[in-house]
Amino acid sequence: MHPWIEALVALFLLLGSLFALIGAIGLYRLPDFYTRLHGPTKATTLGVGGMVIASMIHFSVSEQSLSLHELLITLFLFITAPVSCHMLAKAALQQKLPIRPGTGGQPWEQ
Amino acid sequence: MIARCLPHPWLSLTLLLVWLLLVNDFSAGQWLLGALLGVLIPLLSRVLWINPPRTRQPWRLLPFFLRVLGDIVIANLQVSRRILGSMDDLQPAFVEVPLEVHDELALTLLTSIVSLTPGTVSADLSDDRRRLLLHCLNVQDSAALVAEIKARYEAPLLEVFPCSA
Repeated sequence: MHPWIEALVALFLLLGSLFALIGAIGLYRLPDFYTRLHGPTKATTLGVGGMVIASMIHFSVSEQSLSLHELLITLFLFITAPVSCHMLAKAALQQKLPIRPGTGGQPWEQ
Repeated sequence: MIARCLPHPWLSLTLLLVWLLLVNDFSAGQWLLGALLGVLIPLLSRVLWINPPRTRQPWRLLPFFLRVLGDIVIANLQVSRRILGSMDDLQPAFVEVPLEVHDELALTLLTSIVSLTPGTVSADLSDDRRRLLLHCLNVQDSAALVAEIKARYEAPLLEVFPCSA
């Protein structure tokens, strides 16, 4: 493989892992359950995205044929991540988990 | 005839595409097999579609999805900066969004998109499906946020999924 392409693959891999790491840091640092939902749903999406792009470039070049089935991983992630996030938030509201003081607005009762 | 064999042409096209990506092989045989699956699966699963979504010009979703993809990248960068920054100037808030979409598929799309884009997570849908509760990571002006969601994401969905209810 051409060294430039290797560098490109490495760049996307590093970028992906960086965002996955930031998502994990968010899980640790953010103050309450609801804010913690934001880290894993978003930062990890780009984390997986970076690794998927790296994989697509690597296998397309090394096997001399277009490799696109990684796109399905992104598709399935985009379908499942918001749903699981929504269910977690709904369960947290049901359990009346403590909300960080200073949070604006009110969850409703129903 | 075409309507009977292909009750959901867009679903058939999606199935063909997903099949080709799954096998990762774009040869003629796989196209044929994918097309067969695209015809058979909607026919066999027809009884499961209780309310098939009624759409108008569904291809207009394509540029919309591309814009959402761009927003997701921006959302990632913003949330990353928030996570690495100070926790004290964080302004989380619950925000209610009044909804105009009624179609189930459009509602699912809207809540998913909201969860994936800048600083918002959909937390709950009211029982009458008229309001959506969001949790926002950092919000100064909740009225502006509601207006932006309605204009940027709900309006294009309303164009494709016209108010049927």
